Amino acid sequence: MRSPRQRLVFFAAAAAVCLGLAMVSTAVQQTPPAPAAAAYRAPRTRDGKPDLNGIFQAMNTANYDLAPHNPAPGPLLIGSMIGALSATPPGMGVIEGTSLPYLPAAIEQKKKNFETRFAEDPEAKCYLPGVPRFMYMPYPFQIIQGQGHIAMISEYKNALRDIYMDHQTKAPADSWMGWSNGHWDGETLVIDTTGFNDRSWFDRAGDYHSDALHVVERITATSPYHLNYEATIEDPQTFSKPWKISMPLYRRLEKNAEIMDYRCVEYSEDLIYGKYRKEPIK
Amino acid sequence: MIVGTRRNRMNHRVIHALNALVIVGTGAVLLLPNFSVGQTPATATKAAASAPVQAAKPAAPATAAAKPAAIPRTPDGKPDLTGYWTNATYTPLERAANVTKQFFTEQEFETNTRNAAVRDEQQTTPGTTGDVHYDFTQFGLDKSQNTFAHDLRTAMITDPPDGRVPAQTPEAQKRSRDRAAAYKVPGAAYDSVQTISISSRCVIYNPPPGPPMLPQGYNGNYQIIQSPNYVMILFEQIGDIRIIPLDGRSAPPPTVRPWMGFSRGHWDGDTLVVETTNFSDRPEGRPRQLSGISDNFKLIERFKRIDDKTINYEFTVNDPETFVKPWIVNMPFTKINGPIFEPACHEGNYGMLDTMKGAREQDKKK
Repeated sequence: MRSPRQRLVFFAAAAAVCLGLAMVSTAVQQTPPAPAAAAYRAPRTRDGKPDLNGIFQAMNTANYDLAPHNPAPGPLLIGSMIGALSATPPGMGVIEGTSLPYLPAAIEQKKKNFETRFAEDPEAKCYLPGVPRFMYMPYPFQIIQGQGHIAMISEYKNALRDIYMDHQTKAPADSWMGWSNGHWDGETLVIDTTGFNDRSWFDRAGDYHSDALHVVERITATSPYHLNYEATIEDPQTFSKPWKISMPLYRRLEKNAEIMDYRCVEYSEDLIYGKYRKEPIK
Repeated sequence: MIVGTRRNRMNHRVIHALNALVIVGTGAVLLLPNFSVGQTPATATKAAASAPVQAAKPAAPATAAAKPAAIPRTPDGKPDLTGYWTNATYTPLERAANVTKQFFTEQEFETNTRNAAVRDEQQTTPGTTGDVHYDFTQFGLDKSQNTFAHDLRTAMITDPPDGRVPAQTPEAQKRSRDRAAAYKVPGAAYDSVQTISISSRCVIYNPPPGPPMLPQGYNGNYQIIQSPNYVMILFEQIGDIRIIPLDGRSAPPPTVRPWMGFSRGHWDGDTLVVETTNFSDRPEGRPRQLSGISDNFKLIERFKRIDDKTINYEFTVNDPETFVKPWIVNMPFTKINGPIFEPACHEGNYGMLDTMKGAREQDKKK
């Protein structure tokens, strides 16, 4: 039993913590789990690192649009009866503020991408998702913490992120998924990725980048069931300043959760090559 | 050195390659053929000597070695399979009809390997389209230019003793035919993308990355990343990935049948045993020898790291509905230098676009 005095101190401390949390929450918008990060200590792997092994998935509409957005129609396609299946649901967004800080020239390209998104989105063509899109695709991904490497494998076309924890080098060439070097900052896995090509998009709304993209991600377990995910995106050829996204990632708790074999290539080919069929698709 | 004939019109590349091979055969490390003028040697210099691999005895593979070598282990004490590996080999799956013994001599091995390298090198004719696009030697992709197994066995099949795939039952042969018919895409070749091979379309490579993991024509390179509960195997071709749970879970319902099935692994001592079921009935994503397998087929693979440079890989095909007796295949996975770079096969499939465009141009000329 606590004495009244102890209780008072306890409540005062609790209030101070709450106030602190409230201030943090205000300062870092849309990052509810972040304050808890300091409080939670993840289980350890046999070599003493935070154990992030598992299957995780984002639960938001970031893959539709990183920015806050209203619902929108997609192509109606009466012939094959798609209707509302192609529509965009609304979302609060995962960025700070209301829009990405595009340079004036780049905003035109973003608008063009938006207009042509149902044909040109790399996701429509079953192309590799890039980073950070990999992390919030509407598919689970698995973290496998190995010796010297951390692998992340998405169910989306089994895209792989190979994060070099020991043998770290510069990207040997540009690629879709970039070249990731990682290190531990206490409880947090920090991943620095460069060496991107300029072909992936951030979302279905046509948000894009150049090959100067540089992404720094911070991943912290905030409970046995959650990771807090933050990414700072820097691309001086496309954006006037670095910008951040943040979101929780949820552990898939189903006992039979497993990364399935989803080869979307077959479902994209007629979009890409269909006009060269002998009998063109109408 | 007696190599080839004048008919072969040997060029500098071949001679360099053969010189290299003679030395590789003795186990020395060297830089590979300094290609003729205008070609960058960069791709070819990285991999050189084939590590001498202990030839596995047919009946008792290398597991029976008297003195177990010290092998790398993970922090939880399991054999560490982490790293980059290749199962490239000149050893055929089946023993050739004119060979009766189980092992070649060193000399025979060298001669066979050299001859095979010459054949590889000559697969394209200079100046032809094939030479421009698919000259593996030019791109450093020939087996002889990279690490391959020093394996004296005359066949990878260790059982039955004749080194041949056992006969298939009439039912299995019918299954093969039925599946081929069921998945036949209407139209002539190049009428649509779907009439083109699944490998060219970057859907899945054939032979696939497994299971079973048979050697590839080229780029038969793998990366393994391992945690206590999972083993991931990346296959360079098309960037295919196997994720093998080691947590004792059961296979999904038989109605779910991915191209590569569902694999479940467990440790049997120092051997990783992987059982795979639920294979797709689509025949293209499978080695042709397994095109007739039954719906109940269970493949068993064994991975055993036997030394710093080698994983002994063995698989057993036991499907009484398909083969008149079981068969066992054994081969080494030899360590190579990484990294494996992102293949992005579909993303860079300009050849497919050109093929389809070309086909329509051809149509206009008819």
